[in-house]
Amino acid sequence: MSTYSVVAAGFGGQGVMLMGKIIAEAAMHDGKKVTWLPSYGPEMRGGTANCTVVISDEDIGSPVVDTPDVVIAMNIPSMIKFEEVLKKDGILLINSSVVDRQPTRKDVKVFKIKANDVADEIGNVKVLNMVALGAFAKASGLITFGSIKKALEETMTGKKKVFLDINIKAVQEGMEKIEKA
Amino acid sequence: MKMLFKGSEAIAEAAIRAGCRLYFGYPITPQSELTEYMSRRLPEVGGTFLQAESEVATVNMMYGASCTGKRVMTSTSSPGFSLMMEGISYMAGGELPAVFVNVVRGGPGLGDIQPAQSDYFQATKGGGHGDYRMIVLAPHTIQEAVDLMNLAFDLADKYRMLVTILADGMLGQMMEPVEFPPMRDPNDVPEKDWALTGAKGRPPRKVTSFHIDPYELEKMNLRYQATYKKVEENEVRYEELNTDGADIIVAAYGTMARIVKTVIHMAEKEGIKVGLFRPITLWPFPYKRLNELADTVDTILTVEMSYGQMLEDVRLGVNGKAKTPFYGRSAGVVPTPTEVLDAVKKAIGR
Repeated sequence: MSTYSVVAAGFGGQGVMLMGKIIAEAAMHDGKKVTWLPSYGPEMRGGTANCTVVISDEDIGSPVVDTPDVVIAMNIPSMIKFEEVLKKDGILLINSSVVDRQPTRKDVKVFKIKANDVADEIGNVKVLNMVALGAFAKASGLITFGSIKKALEETMTGKKKVFLDINIKAVQEGMEKIEKA
Repeated sequence: MKMLFKGSEAIAEAAIRAGCRLYFGYPITPQSELTEYMSRRLPEVGGTFLQAESEVATVNMMYGASCTGKRVMTSTSSPGFSLMMEGISYMAGGELPAVFVNVVRGGPGLGDIQPAQSDYFQATKGGGHGDYRMIVLAPHTIQEAVDLMNLAFDLADKYRMLVTILADGMLGQMMEPVEFPPMRDPNDVPEKDWALTGAKGRPPRKVTSFHIDPYELEKMNLRYQATYKKVEENEVRYEELNTDGADIIVAAYGTMARIVKTVIHMAEKEGIKVGLFRPITLWPFPYKRLNELADTVDTILTVEMSYGQMLEDVRLGVNGKAKTPFYGRSAGVVPTPTEVLDAVKKAIGR
């Protein structure tokens, strides 16, 4: 492994920032160097949010990435915006509960996860980000389930602890229910 | 143990560990998390957090607090830093130590909240009035920002000077794993024989930037200048990467420098050896080393998230011995590694 970059993008409220943070934290627990860079520009409610995570065995130079290795597109605007810049042979993970169309790129590996539907079945649609995170882990092999679990345990403390189990369950379901397109 | 920390919050924690217990500030993006962190954390360690009504009030509170000899700091972003300039000049005149963190955003005016490096002139060449200097430190990673906080407070106390940490929105907002130094005892700092601690059992002391007699004021100014000279002699810091035998050297600081580190790898694949010269102290600027490096290459390309501010110092350092082209974007637009690589190729005619 050398250096991998991941862009997680979606509507504000879909939890893409936390998804990216857990990816970064899990990779850190796996012994990797990481950076997490949020988009923090002015956005309207319902607009898009994204973050970039770089994972590497070596010290990381630029946290800014022009051609990511992985794009997690949680909605249509994110898919349109980021599939263009995705690296050739890169991974495009689509939330197919929301994205009802096919990507245009033919030179990338496309995976689908019905993140909203799976989260609904588990019992809380809010964990759709962790469903997608599980799918990402499976598709990319960049982070391990054990490290994700550890990252979640460290993040969901205090009042948030009651949500720990359902988030872990969501990650597991995402790992199982991912489909190769 | 390494922890994943946001830049703004990491700087706040590092300041507390460096013995800072007094924070005055007014929130402004992209560093409001620093202010917020201090508001939560300082009361836990017996410190005082005070949200001032403005940046003008902030800097004057710092003047007062610094007079007592305690370690004191604030943090802000570009427009807020501008508002502090009058007080900064007064503090410099009063030879008061303090640490300022400017997490730079796009300007001028209200600008935007994205990362920029367009406050270089303001930080290194004055900003406030009068013949004063501030030590300016430019971290390029969150870990380095953490490490520099200790140094910032130590230098401020040692020279009785203001120290600015010049960061940018990216360093303020991004997260990286960091390791913090141990907590220092805030009372375990060198005795300040000038501090206003109540004149019980000793003659009264005075802190002022003012003298009505020009010859007396000149004496004060010459004392400041002597201090600045010492700092220039002793405190220059920089990092060099790959400069030996390089086809071209890129001069960059802060976030821009870490982007150049990626460009070094990209260029290597195309058979171009790129060196990096990264000033860590923007004042005092490493003119001397840059001048030596100018003997070893034809071209020193300056890359900044501004339209060419550090460029002027690079040219002073190079002093005509090498070509000094420039590439930069500003106003909150961060050049991508590919763009910088293109600029490198253009600079060497490839």
